[in-house]
Amino acid sequence: MAEKQATLPRLDLRALPGPDTIRRRELPNGIVILARENFASPSVVISGYLSVGALDERPEQAGLADLTASALLRGTRGRSFQQIFESLESIGASLGFGSGKHTTGFQGKSLAEDLGLILDLLCDALRMPTFPKRQVDRLRGEKLTSLAIRDQDTGARAQQVFHQLAYPNHPYSVPSDGFRETVEPLGPADLKSFHTEHYGPQGMVISVVGAVEAEAALEAVESRLGTWRNLRQMPQPPLPPVKPLRGIRRKRVVLRGKSQCDLVLGAPGPSRSDPDFLAAALGNSVLGRFGMMGRIGDAVREAEGLAYYAYSNLSGGTGPGPWQVMAGVNPANVERAIEIIRREIRRFVKRPITQQELLDNQANFIGRLPLQLESNEGVAAALVYVERHGLGLDYYRRYPDLVASLTREQVLQAARRFLHPDRLAIGVAGPPKDAS
Amino acid sequence: MKAVNSPVLRTRLRNGLVVRLKEVHTASLVSSWIWYRVGSRDERPGITGVSHWVEHMQFKGTPRFPAGVLDRAISRDGGFWNAFTWIDWTAYFETMPADRIGLALELEADRMVNSLFDPPEVESERTVIISERQGHENEPTFLLAEEVQAAAFRVHSYHHEVIGDMVDLQSMSREDLYGHYRRHYVPSNAVLVLVGDFRTRTMLRRVRETFGEIPRQPPPERPSRPEPPLRGERRVEVQGPGETPYLEVAYRAPAGDDPDFFPMAVLDSVLSGASSLNLFGGGISNKTSRLYQALVARGLAASVRGDLSATLDPYLYTLWVTVRPDRTPEVALKAFDQQIERMLEAPMDGGELAKAVKQARALFAYSSESITNQAYWIGYTEMFADCGWFESYLERVASVTPEDVLRVARKYMLPSNRVVGIYRPVEGEAYG
Repeated sequence: MAEKQATLPRLDLRALPGPDTIRRRELPNGIVILARENFASPSVVISGYLSVGALDERPEQAGLADLTASALLRGTRGRSFQQIFESLESIGASLGFGSGKHTTGFQGKSLAEDLGLILDLLCDALRMPTFPKRQVDRLRGEKLTSLAIRDQDTGARAQQVFHQLAYPNHPYSVPSDGFRETVEPLGPADLKSFHTEHYGPQGMVISVVGAVEAEAALEAVESRLGTWRNLRQMPQPPLPPVKPLRGIRRKRVVLRGKSQCDLVLGAPGPSRSDPDFLAAALGNSVLGRFGMMGRIGDAVREAEGLAYYAYSNLSGGTGPGPWQVMAGVNPANVERAIEIIRREIRRFVKRPITQQELLDNQANFIGRLPLQLESNEGVAAALVYVERHGLGLDYYRRYPDLVASLTREQVLQAARRFLHPDRLAIGVAGPPKDAS
Repeated sequence: MKAVNSPVLRTRLRNGLVVRLKEVHTASLVSSWIWYRVGSRDERPGITGVSHWVEHMQFKGTPRFPAGVLDRAISRDGGFWNAFTWIDWTAYFETMPADRIGLALELEADRMVNSLFDPPEVESERTVIISERQGHENEPTFLLAEEVQAAAFRVHSYHHEVIGDMVDLQSMSREDLYGHYRRHYVPSNAVLVLVGDFRTRTMLRRVRETFGEIPRQPPPERPSRPEPPLRGERRVEVQGPGETPYLEVAYRAPAGDDPDFFPMAVLDSVLSGASSLNLFGGGISNKTSRLYQALVARGLAASVRGDLSATLDPYLYTLWVTVRPDRTPEVALKAFDQQIERMLEAPMDGGELAKAVKQARALFAYSSESITNQAYWIGYTEMFADCGWFESYLERVASVTPEDVLRVARKYMLPSNRVVGIYRPVEGEAYG
C-alpha cells in the first residue's frame, strides 16, 4: 500500500473541506444547515434540498412535483412574480428550484452582501407560495412546450425507453417532468395541496458557501427557517424494490426526420449507500469515463469511428439509479455499436481491470478533487452531498485513502453484481434504419 | 484565504508566440490555454469544417505522445481538458494541479508541431465528425441557425457553420487537413495563457524552455472578404419534424473591438437579459427583460434569449424565441417587433441602464471565480482585441448612456439589417 500511495497524487488535506472548516447546525424542526467560508471572491452560494419529489406524486399526476417546484417563485404571500424577479435580477442574483425523484433541490447565488435577500426569497417561496392561477397556467404552457421538445429529442426518448425497460412498474420508469396528458390537467389547487402535504422542514438540508462568516450564515438561515413547522408534512413513501433484469430487453422509438440515433444501454446500479458504490464508480471510470471516455470511448469512437460521443455513467443516488452506456450513432451503425458495447461489458465483468487501470483511475479520482472543490458552487454541492448520504464531515479528508484502498477484485465484484452483457435494457431513438 | 490577483504579464517570445501570465493563488491549480488564430472564418468552400477537424486530429497523437498516451497522462493527474473551435479561433486548455502543469505545456508545444495526422486515424475521425454533424442535425435550432447564418453572409466566410458542410466532410483529404495544420499552427499565430498558482518569473522561464525552441515562421495570412450591407430584410424558413416552432432574428452586429459593442451589450441586457460571462454556464434569469415580458409573460413563447458575441469581423446579434406550439411564429414576431420599435423610439430609462450595469458587475465577479474561466477570457479577448478589453469591460459598460444605446439601436436594429428565420414544424407523414 505504501508503494502504491507513493504513485498517487498527494493532496493538501487541510485545504479540503473538513470538520474544522465546515459549520453544521441541526435545527429543532429538522433542518440541517452547513456553512463554509471562502473570502477569495465576493460572492455567496446557497444550495440544498427538501425531502419531496416525484415519489410523492400519484402516477396520474406525473410531473406535479416538478411543476410545483417550478411554481414556487411565481408568487408568494408577500411578493408577486414581477417583484421576486425584479429583486433578483436587479442585483445580478439567481435562485431556482428543481425536482427529482426523491428530492426537490434549490440553488442560489449573489454577491455576499445580498445573501439576506436570497434567503428571504427562499423562505417566502418555501413557506408561503400562492400559486396564482394566471402564473400556473402560463407555467404549465411552458412545461408543455418543453415536453413537446423532449418528445422530439432522440437522447431524451432513448432514456425514457431505457427507464421503462429497466424499471418496469417502478416509479423510476416515469420521467420526473411527466407526460402531456398528466401535466395538462394540473391546476393551482393540485399544486397547493401537494405543497401543503409534502413541503416541510423535515429532511431539509441547506449549505451556504462564500464570503460570509459561517456563524452569520447559520444565523441568517435559522432566523428565517427555524420557525417553519408543517404538521401535515407526510413522510416519503418507501421505494419499491427493483427487479433484476433477466435477459435483453430492447425497444426502438422511430423519430422521422432525424439524422442520428441515440442509444442507451445498461441496468439498475448501486445506490450511493451501497457498500460497493465506490468500487463501482471507479469501475465505471475505467469502463466509460477515463481519458477519452474509457474503454467504451476507445472501442466505439477511437477504434471504429462509430460515434461522436460514447461513454458510461453511474448515477448512484438515494435509490438504485441506472448504470448506463450512452452513444450517438448513425442509424446504420446501431447494431454494430450495441455489439461492441456488449463486448466491452462482457470483458469488464469477466476479468479484473488491469493494475495500471486501477492506478490511473485512483490517481484521477484523487487528483481531480481540488478542481471539483475550486468554486463556491462545487463546495456547496459537496457539503450537501456529504449530508444527504451520511458520509460525515471528514469525508473529503478520508476520501484519498478510501480510493487508494480499492482493489481490482472489489471493482470486478461490483461490476458483476450490477452488469451482465446478456441482461440489459437497451433503448434506441432516432430515424428508421433505412434513413441513412 | 484572500484572493491575490496580480496583473497580467504580457510578453512575446522570439518565435512570435504571444504569452499572457496571471498569478491567482486561491487554489493549487493552473489553467493553461493555447489559442490559435484560425477558425471557420479561414476556410473556403470545399474545405469547410477543416479547422474543427484539425482540432479533433490534435488529440490523435504525436511520436512523443501517441494517441491514448496524452489523455491518459492528463486524466491520471486529475486534469480537466478540452478544445473548442469557433468562427475566429481554435483553443485548447488543460486545468491541472499546479505541480503537474508542466505536462500540459509539453503536450501543447509538442502538438503545435508534431501531430501525425495518420491516414487511418483521419478516416476513422471522418465518421466521428459526420456523426457529430448528424447529432447537430437532430436539433431544429441547428438546422435553422445554419440557414440564417448562410442568409446573413453571402461574401464573408462567416457564411458556413463551424462543423462544415456535409459534402466537404465526406470529401476532404488528409492533405487538406495537414496543410491547414501546418499553415496555421505556428508560434506567431498563437497565444499562450496561463492563470493560477505559480510564480510569474518561474513560469515564464518554463514557457521559454518549452516553447522557445519552436522555429519562427511568418504568421499565415488571414484574408477577409468584407460583407456588403444587407439592403433589406431576408427571410428564411426551415421545415422539420416536431410541433414546436422557433423564431431566430439575427441582426448584423459590430465587431468585438468596435466602440459600439458595449452599448450593444447593454441593449442586449435590457432586451433579452444579462449574458453570463462564464464559459460553463451559471448566468441569471431574464424574466424582467423586455422580450421575456412581451413574449413569455404574455403566453406567446416558452423562452427567449439573446446572443451577442465578440468577434473579429462584424458578426451577428441573434435573438431566439421558442414559440409555444399553440401559437404561431408570426404572432410572436409581431410582439417581438413592437419591442424593437420601442427600443428605436426613445432612450431607455435610467433604472434599466443601472440594472444592466449592476448585473454586469455581479456576473463579472462570478466569472473571475474559476481560474479556467479567467484564462479563457484573457485568451478569447486576444483573438479580436487584447486582454485589456476584458480588464476594462466593467468600466466601459458603466460609461454607456441611454443615448448611446438609442444610437446603436438605430444603427443596427433595423429590419433592413436583419435575417428573420422561422422553423416550422411539420408533423407526421411528411417525414415518412
